[in-house]
Amino acid sequence: MGKFNKSGGREMPELNTSSLPDLVFAFLFFIMMVTTMREVTLKVVFRAPQATELQKLEKKSLVTFLYVGEPSQEFRAKMGSETRLQLNDQFAEINEIQDYIAQEKSSMKEEDQPFMTVSIKADRETKMGVVSDVKQALREAYALKISYSAQPRVN
Amino acid sequence: MAKKRKAPGINATSSADIAFMLLLFFLMTSSMDTDKGLPRRLPPPVPKDQKKTDLDIKKRNIMIVLINSNNQILCNNEYIEIKQLKDKVKEFIDNPYNDEHKPEKVSVDVPYFGEMLVTKNHVISLQNDRGTEYQAYINVQNELAAAYNELRDDVSRKKFDKAFGELDEEQQKAVQLIYPQKISEAEPKNYGGA
Repeated sequence: MGKFNKSGGREMPELNTSSLPDLVFAFLFFIMMVTTMREVTLKVVFRAPQATELQKLEKKSLVTFLYVGEPSQEFRAKMGSETRLQLNDQFAEINEIQDYIAQEKSSMKEEDQPFMTVSIKADRETKMGVVSDVKQALREAYALKISYSAQPRVN
Repeated sequence: MAKKRKAPGINATSSADIAFMLLLFFLMTSSMDTDKGLPRRLPPPVPKDQKKTDLDIKKRNIMIVLINSNNQILCNNEYIEIKQLKDKVKEFIDNPYNDEHKPEKVSVDVPYFGEMLVTKNHVISLQNDRGTEYQAYINVQNELAAAYNELRDDVSRKKFDKAFGELDEEQQKAVQLIYPQKISEAEPKNYGGA
């Protein structure tokens, strides 16, 4: 039979929190890794155009970025000053878009694939000829949801 | 011989708080640079073997917005400024006086609203030159979006007393039925222009 000891006032044992900082740090590092992974080093000059009727892109994991602009100063010597396209970390040609989109698409979950959005980050001084070529390539690649990336306009 | 001293342990209770602060900082800053933009939908690609069939669209239903390589805007063969474009487009989409040169109205059964006369068949055809500047193109796209947004806002304020963005999904769909966004982006041509 158990014996109930009523006389000795029990105390709540204190929770050992010495490992809490480690947990939080682990989480912190995770967040840092994930957020920096999406960042690409820009090799083109990109100043976003301005607009007012902007909508936020919903899910970041479904968004693929395409950069269009002139090569930045350090690549000028090699690439010239013609408007170029950047996919991930490299300069690319228009005809590489289709493969790139297909590759990005296949890395997504199947149910997410129809919601894939391509964000076109084009410099505000880009000529529309290049942007139209990109749009045509995206149409061919069946990436039909696009977003023209822009900054909110300050009046 | 000195007595062996024990080093006092550092009080680490607050390091959790410090770590939390860092965590919050990173969470805030990383979510702050959310990408914003003008969402659009591209038409599906045309199959290569398909012949080009010109869709028969009545002239009154179409509004042609042209941007030339000097970033000037031509709207239905009229040279206009970017500021005028929004009102022009709004008038075109809404056709408030049932003008016979503006898009025809079709009776559509809309949930919440009932029978409505809607300019269902209107098309805004946006054409640009290969030399148009991207910012000019975005400006025009922005004005078009603004026109649609204002019309939708108006009708949802009248009916639901709320802005379009605050409506629930079903209501938004109903409002979108009244003002469907129809922007056609033609393939660019070399119009040139001095």
